[in-house]
Amino acid sequence: MPPATDPTLELRDLACVRGRRRLFRGLNATLAPGQLLRVTGANGAGKTSLLRMLCGLLAPAQGQVLWQGLALPQVREAFHQQLIYLGHAAALKDELTPLENLQVAARLGGRAADEAAARQALADAGLSGREQAPSRTLSQGQRRRAALARLPLGTALLWVLDEPFNALDTTATAWLLGLIEGQLQRGGLVVLTSHQPVGLSEHLPQVMLAL
Amino acid sequence: MTAALFAVFQRDLRIALRRRADTGSALVFFVIVAALFPLGVGPEFGLLRRMGPGVVWVAALLASMLALGRLFADDHADGTLEQMLLSPTPLALLVLAKTAAHWLASGLLLALISPLLALQFDLGGEAAGVLFLSLLLGTPLLSLIGAIGAALTVGLRGAGVLLSLLVLPLCAPVLIFGAGAVESSLAGLGVAAHFSLLGAMLLLALFLAPLAAAAALRIALE
Repeated sequence: MPPATDPTLELRDLACVRGRRRLFRGLNATLAPGQLLRVTGANGAGKTSLLRMLCGLLAPAQGQVLWQGLALPQVREAFHQQLIYLGHAAALKDELTPLENLQVAARLGGRAADEAAARQALADAGLSGREQAPSRTLSQGQRRRAALARLPLGTALLWVLDEPFNALDTTATAWLLGLIEGQLQRGGLVVLTSHQPVGLSEHLPQVMLAL
Repeated sequence: MTAALFAVFQRDLRIALRRRADTGSALVFFVIVAALFPLGVGPEFGLLRRMGPGVVWVAALLASMLALGRLFADDHADGTLEQMLLSPTPLALLVLAKTAAHWLASGLLLALISPLLALQFDLGGEAAGVLFLSLLLGTPLLSLIGAIGAALTVGLRGAGVLLSLLVLPLCAPVLIFGAGAVESSLAGLGVAAHFSLLGAMLLLALFLAPLAAAAALRIALE
């Protein structure tokens, strides 16, 4: 489905200061539709801070993030409509089932959440049979899968994923790689960090950003 | 947008239902604190009637503090608070939906059980009714003011004590007019003035508190 407007993400001269430490400065990158931005760096280099900055959770110490040519604070609502962010925490409520969690997350993101689609997404994530179990009974990898099941629901243009491959087994890794490729082929944008050199195939159009 | 608000509201109510021990503990605390006073003071009806409104109100205030600590802390710990900040729906409205759910699972229950406690203090039927209504108007106000404090202390260590220190002084006007309404009803005076003031404060808080809490949350999550 071709997007109506040209979705591009641009980082312009970004700098990040946490406490008294300057994590990075003068960071520039542009991401066009169908491209993947892969952020690499040592522990504590500021990968997560950069992703939070991209989403608008963290204000840059300097520079700005532009979405479709406009600075983030101006387009916050439209931008968040097009964004799925998955951080370190899985953002699951322990008391709710994966199905309920998924539906709440979709509605919160401004997307429709009909039950059939949500069930299908969970089944694809390898969680069929566990949809109605309380999320606290899931294993670490299953929690990760339940969180990632948000991705195929709806048509967000930008996925921002913080270490998405953590705790995933080989089947789930392959599933996630397939999702990412699909998103890029649809003309979406993906930003991710990962320290493992997972098999993101070379032919995917990607921009590397080393912190 | 309404779908997102309703989803958050329903989610929080559902969690409160599934964690009945937590929801119930504030209620039990309220009952026990209010019951300790007649036991300590002794069965002197005149004195109990004088103290009743104030004691029940103070107990309600303390009980609502108990439940308040978790308003945003759990969401912060499991990452759902970040997702709320990234929602296209304005954060202040989401905070309002959360606070409404929180009040239903805490303040409303306190108000509902208060006529029973009024019996212990020998408050008559009319005074018990006024007590119930004053709590019905006052407890949402406590939740709203508390939401600002909970948002300011989210993610801090020892947030519970700090939260009480921040919020309790701000709740003093609610306590004064809430307990005052029952006292003036006991004295045979009208309660309209007290209720009007509580209502006015509630309207003001409904408008301002979610904005303040949302701003505090944005700062806390940076």
